[in-house]
Amino acid sequence: MTAVDQNPVEIADAPTAPVLLGPWALMWRKFKRHRIAYASLWLVLFIYVLALFANFFAPEAHDETNRRGIFVPPQTIQFFHETEDGSRQFQLHVDALKMKVDQATMRRSYDVQPGKIIPLGFFVKGHAYELLGFIKADRHFFGPKDPDDVVYFLGSDRLGRDILSRIIVGTQISMSIGLVGVAVSLLIGVSLGGISGYYGGWIDNVIQRLIEFLRSIPTIPLWMGLAAAIPLGWPPLRTYFIVTLIVSMIGWTSLAREVRGKFLSLRKEDFITAARLDGLSDWEVIRKHMVPSFSSHIIASLTLAVPLMILAETSLSFLGIGLQPPIVSWGTLLKEAQNIRTIIEAPWLLIAPGSMIVIAVLALNFLGDGLRDAADPHAH
Amino acid sequence: MTPRIPMRIDKIEKPDDQPLVEIRNLRTHFFTDDGVVKAVEGVDLDVYPNRTLCILGESGCGKSIMARSILRIVDNPGRIVDGAITYRASDGRTVDLAKARPGSRALRDIRGQDIAMIFQEPMSSLGPITKIGKQITETLLLHRKITKAEAKETAVEMLNKVGIPKPAERFEAYPFELSGGMRQRAMIAMALSCEPRLLIADEPTTALDVTTQAQILDLIAELKDELAMGVMLITHDLGVVAEVAEDVAVMYMGRVVEKGDVYSIFENPQHPYTQALLESVPRIGSQRRRRLPAIRGMVPHPLARPSGCPFRTRCDHAMAGVCDVNVPELIDVDGAQVACFLHQSERAHG
Amino acid sequence: MLQFLYRRILYMIPTVFLVSVVTFAIIQLPPGDYLDTLAAELADSGGLDDGTRQALADQYGLGQPMYVQYLKWMRGILFYWDFGISFEKNVPVNDLIWDRLGWTFGISILTLLFIWMTALPIGIYSAVKKYSAGDYIATFLGFIGLAVPNFLLALVMMYVSFKVFGQSVGGLVSPEYIDQPWTWGKFVDLLKHIWMPIVVVGTSGAAALIRIMRANLLDELYRPYVVTARAKGMSEFQLLMRYPVRVALNPFVSTIGWILPTLVSGEIIVAVVMNLPTTGPLLLRALLVQDMYLAGSLILIVSLLTVLGTLISDLLLAWIDPRIRYQ
Repeated sequence: MTAVDQNPVEIADAPTAPVLLGPWALMWRKFKRHRIAYASLWLVLFIYVLALFANFFAPEAHDETNRRGIFVPPQTIQFFHETEDGSRQFQLHVDALKMKVDQATMRRSYDVQPGKIIPLGFFVKGHAYELLGFIKADRHFFGPKDPDDVVYFLGSDRLGRDILSRIIVGTQISMSIGLVGVAVSLLIGVSLGGISGYYGGWIDNVIQRLIEFLRSIPTIPLWMGLAAAIPLGWPPLRTYFIVTLIVSMIGWTSLAREVRGKFLSLRKEDFITAARLDGLSDWEVIRKHMVPSFSSHIIASLTLAVPLMILAETSLSFLGIGLQPPIVSWGTLLKEAQNIRTIIEAPWLLIAPGSMIVIAVLALNFLGDGLRDAADPHAH
Repeated sequence: MTPRIPMRIDKIEKPDDQPLVEIRNLRTHFFTDDGVVKAVEGVDLDVYPNRTLCILGESGCGKSIMARSILRIVDNPGRIVDGAITYRASDGRTVDLAKARPGSRALRDIRGQDIAMIFQEPMSSLGPITKIGKQITETLLLHRKITKAEAKETAVEMLNKVGIPKPAERFEAYPFELSGGMRQRAMIAMALSCEPRLLIADEPTTALDVTTQAQILDLIAELKDELAMGVMLITHDLGVVAEVAEDVAVMYMGRVVEKGDVYSIFENPQHPYTQALLESVPRIGSQRRRRLPAIRGMVPHPLARPSGCPFRTRCDHAMAGVCDVNVPELIDVDGAQVACFLHQSERAHG
Repeated sequence: MLQFLYRRILYMIPTVFLVSVVTFAIIQLPPGDYLDTLAAELADSGGLDDGTRQALADQYGLGQPMYVQYLKWMRGILFYWDFGISFEKNVPVNDLIWDRLGWTFGISILTLLFIWMTALPIGIYSAVKKYSAGDYIATFLGFIGLAVPNFLLALVMMYVSFKVFGQSVGGLVSPEYIDQPWTWGKFVDLLKHIWMPIVVVGTSGAAALIRIMRANLLDELYRPYVVTARAKGMSEFQLLMRYPVRVALNPFVSTIGWILPTLVSGEIIVAVVMNLPTTGPLLLRALLVQDMYLAGSLILIVSLLTVLGTLISDLLLAWIDPRIRYQ
């Protein structure tokens, strides 16, 4: 009888050395496994980069009108073009269009001008703008090589403005409203929810009743009432800020509820009691032990709140009581497509900004979902 | 060797009936993302009417999965991959439960009516928002052709029988209104409502306090005698085994390592694992300052089953070249059955 | 149960009071005296004489401190069921709103039924057949449903129905039935129109509820009590319906509380797009021209009815879950 300890077959039984990863690294690893969420992260980052350098990415000036380019349908990019001697040559281009007006019906139509093309290129010269608001520049990521040419990749609106450029510029407002709104919600939600959950008692009761009250009012009439009270003459920035505040009113209540719930359940945890018995003050307990243990959840909920706010802004602006026309946002763009006759004449007015909203909101939802799953240690 | 644990049953007779359930080479595996967990890996067992068979083993040894395999209630991704579970009905017909189609009529008729089961956690094993009475009558109405009023009558009677005070009132109660012990009694009433021929009890007392434990065990023993049913009791508590068992089967990593009647197991354990288990029970009146012996090492990870005998990595008597090569089969040794090469080599040499 | 009911109704009183105060504050926010607007409007048709002006000013307490105005408005509502007058249309608010409120809530409740009828079976299917093709499709559609704003969906559906069926949609009945007495033909015509706003308003709610139902049921599906029921010999469908689905239904029912406000909101915005004769267009117009009593009454009543709906959902919850009832 010999002990098997030195036996080579033992390898199978040897415990694998545990790899110690911090909670954030673990979360990241889990998140990366969620492929749609991971792809969405890159998409969301891309959209924000688009917003940051909007003028660089926009092929045209978003507010430049063109009387000869009203309701131009989206133009397709073509790769090869036949030169005069009949050979095919690689050249990114769109066909040049000519407007034709039917005198009897007053309907516009656009015909391809045979043989005439508008060559396209990367990093082309175009309208002047200020990058990030202070660097003077006139280069654009992609567009017509001749700055005098105008192309409409996603069509044009009733004033001949380029929809693609307007969508890209609108990204700034629409995507930032989500972020600013979430920041406001975070501030109110976490402080009220934290107070409510940590102290309990009558404070908790009052805050809970307030939240219940806010949640039981249908949001749209409330927002409509508030938004309608914004004077039309206000400067765009102030309107923007007020609309953001109104929109963030939905966000904070659910966040406050979540934070409160977490506080309530954490308060009973042994490690919190232990920390308190160690002589830590309330504030230290909250900061050092409670917040780190649910911050990942908060981040996930915040990500899920961003699309809600984007949708809210869009709805209000669409109704004409949120942001007003000189400001370009996805909502104000959709306002152009408010009646069915316009949509039938120029469906791209609806489809292009609509798709952009859906893509952005989908990406944010997938991202938030992935983060939430990754933050939950119990999920499989 | 003197018994370490006082036993209640003095004399064990050989079973005279045919077994209710014969399990042969049962293998239940879990197909997880990380690999195949062989939770039950070749179990042979017989359960007789009017006898209590205790399945003894550490948590994770596959005893619960084995029991659940009988009723075919193993959750996904678990599957019976091999073996037979032959149930002999009262009219003598036999059904192979392992081969029955999941959710088939035949299987459902046996569940609850012929074979009933009670579970470890009375807190979560009862539907949380359904009245106790309804959960009992439900079983009755499912298997018997009786009216609702008759079902209620039987249910109240059953509640009374399992020692629930004011049974008619409790009939209308929700599970959250009862204490843990009362809930487990209600569970038993539910399981026994159709007077099953076999009762499988999966650690029925683990979640209860010691006094209640004893009451519940007594209750099961009493009802066993009264209804002459077979009982399969799953436990990791040697005290419980000593209290109620006639037959004992010791499981380790999905295999039965030793089985026999309670006397041969407790007084003359043959398998090193059984011996070690019994060693690790504290004895009243033993010398102080003696460290209680514990089994060396840890149960191997289920995905990293050792080759050969699964216990060899913790066994003091493991033999290189023997134990790590073949899996020992159960062989008869002194009236019990043991799966260990120590005894096989003894027999081969002697 | 009765005690629970009393307590819940008692809780409602401060909410109702707050709703009325907030509503009034909101409609008071824009600057300007509405009597001026009225006078300007009536100037063409003979003007507003000083006596009438004074009477109206007294009646509504215009020009007085806000709390006096509020109390007068409230007194009118509570004692005389008088919600004030619509400045723009110059008729009592009462004459304008009830029909439209009826439609708004009718559509909202029908939408709620639609959501239940779709979300419940799909959610159960999704949970039971987790990771099946059907589950993936349901999940994907759910995400899309959440990402498409109501009004966008309404526009797309109107566009599609125009392209496919060649008919212009909008309104609740075809133009020839408007202002006609109810007949069988009108009813059938109504059914042909009403499904679209219901589907449009209900999509995002249904998407949300499918996800909630799926998650709830997945939480319950592997609980020990399900195994107990299976060990009793119940069929899979029977035990699914009697145990896990019933338990998973609790949080599901409590969502009515928040889904009703969103449905009413959604209905209002969709009504504007689809030109439905409901609260939406009326409220939007009232807000834009600052017709304060009309707008205020609409917001107030819509909010109150929603609070009431939440109360009903709470009672329903207590009715199906004994654990809440016995607290």
